[in-house]
Amino acid sequence: MRVVLAEDLFLLRDGLTRTLREHGCEVVASVDNGPSLLRALLQDEPDVAVVDVRLPPTYTDEGLRAAIEARRRRPGLPILVLSQYVDQLYANELLAAGDGAVGYLLKDRVTNTEQFVDAVRRVAAGGTVMDPQVIAKLLSRSQARGMIGSLTPRELDVLEMMAEGRSNVAIAAALHFSESAVAKHTASIFGKLRITPSTDDNRRVLAVLAYLKR
Amino acid sequence: MRAKGALAAVGRCQLAGLLAVAVSAVGSLVVLALLLLPVGAGFRLLVPAATALRRLSDRSRARAARWTGVRISAPEPFAGDPSWSRRRRAGAILADEGFWRDLAWAWLEPWAGGVLVAIPLMFLWYGAFGTLVQPFVWRYLGDGNWYAFVPVHSTPTMLAALALGVGFLVAGVVMAPRILSLHGRWTRLLLSVPRRTELTRRIAHLTDTRAQALDVQAAELRRIERDLHDGAQARLVALGMTLDSATRVLDSDPAAARRLLAEVGETTARALEDLRTLVHGINPPVLADRGLGDAVRSLALDSFLDVHVDVRLAGRLPAPVESAAYFAVGETLANAAKHAGAREVGIVLDHDGRTLRVSVTDDGRGGADPAKGTGLRGLQRRLETFDGVLTLHSPPGGPTTAIMEIPCVLSSPKTSSC
Repeated sequence: MRVVLAEDLFLLRDGLTRTLREHGCEVVASVDNGPSLLRALLQDEPDVAVVDVRLPPTYTDEGLRAAIEARRRRPGLPILVLSQYVDQLYANELLAAGDGAVGYLLKDRVTNTEQFVDAVRRVAAGGTVMDPQVIAKLLSRSQARGMIGSLTPRELDVLEMMAEGRSNVAIAAALHFSESAVAKHTASIFGKLRITPSTDDNRRVLAVLAYLKR
Repeated sequence: MRAKGALAAVGRCQLAGLLAVAVSAVGSLVVLALLLLPVGAGFRLLVPAATALRRLSDRSRARAARWTGVRISAPEPFAGDPSWSRRRRAGAILADEGFWRDLAWAWLEPWAGGVLVAIPLMFLWYGAFGTLVQPFVWRYLGDGNWYAFVPVHSTPTMLAALALGVGFLVAGVVMAPRILSLHGRWTRLLLSVPRRTELTRRIAHLTDTRAQALDVQAAELRRIERDLHDGAQARLVALGMTLDSATRVLDSDPAAARRLLAEVGETTARALEDLRTLVHGINPPVLADRGLGDAVRSLALDSFLDVHVDVRLAGRLPAPVESAAYFAVGETLANAAKHAGAREVGIVLDHDGRTLRVSVTDDGRGGADPAKGTGLRGLQRRLETFDGVLTLHSPPGGPTTAIMEIPCVLSSPKTSSC
């Protein structure tokens, strides 16, 4: 898998490069600023890009804007955005820039190598990956607005993991359920919330996110 | 809209003319009191007369601001209270600079201000006579009947007079707003406190708000220090200790070492979370990245309420103003959710070239009062550092509208580098 990496801190860039290589990815370009990132995204034809939001020269949301711009020019270009903090506004902007092949994670998540590399692969395969913190905030908001009051605690757990972009297999493993139990829960959730079920994993994430953002 | 404004100005000219007469009457009363001072009766009359005159001048200042936007700094109220003897109060009034300015105004207003506002009125009344009365009465008035410079003795000359009358009417209406604003400036010339007094007041205000700002800043630094000490710093110490234990049992009990290392991972995550919360409280990242508009949109997304945000800002504001406005909006939103029991909130951000205006309206139960809630008073105080003002309309039963205005410049938007 060909990866473009954008991170301005040398230590992190170095660590991420090593992690990705150990898991069989080829880092075709590793850059440390916004303009070089945009060039690499458009010229190096990566399978996926891992991008830090805050990059020189402005040290604001340079990385995010480069990612959105690149996806505008190359629709569906898979990009996983990492950030020191997550914000609903940025999550929405990323989600609005095309369906799927996009991820938004806290930088802390790279400390769990397995999960991080898994997220990179899911994004590369066209999936949507959202940080648990984004989802937790969305869920507590929906709960306060009484939008998901009819769900059981188990179903809430499943909903949370679905919104993060996990497949039934992954949810089953994380919650120690059988896959068929997960399928039953998801069907019940879709019924209660009146969301049209979808067999396609990515469509499902988008539908759940759209519901929670209402 | 403009026609309506012009007609309102006509009415106001009329009112100002009548008030000028009232002012001169009260002014005469004050002079009578002054003349009677040597025989003692003046002391009895001076206090009520001077107080009445001050009330008139205060209203005149307020009207100038309301009608023409001319702000006039008011003098301090007269010293003393009813417990003082008449002589003492009268003495305080005589020593008051503002009293003598009021008196000068009372004598000049009818001659200058009154005549000024009478100009458009004369045009109007004379125009009305020409258009509404002349056409019907000229036949009965005979040869000596003139309207302005037109001798009215036939139908064509009557029509000329009619046209002239219409011209006078229009001139009066068009003139009225300009004359009114001239009158406002004339009032400021007479009734504003001297520049020196204004500056003294300004310095007192600045000293006050600077002290407050420093207090707030010191408290903020103490909070940050405490948060770091109790949060990230403490977690790092714990981290070191756990790592030390893990190192010691690494060979003898690998299972325990693995457990301790997992603990290290969790503590690291929590330390990062602490730091993130702290940074967010000091300088919210979206605010730093994108400015006030997007930061408020982000607040709206996180709120449990239905928040509609309308941003009409074409650029960035100075960082301290952005930060103050951001936290003010955050606090107002929290109030709407917590105290007002609101469901929907509308936020409008606007800049008119000189002042940032943030209005937050909720559909809650209203009845908010800065005098009661310490939160609102704190908000008011923090805005004062920027010469900002908080205006609150919150009738019982709602809706509540909080308007925050901060004078500041708006810089042109930064050009994107990608």
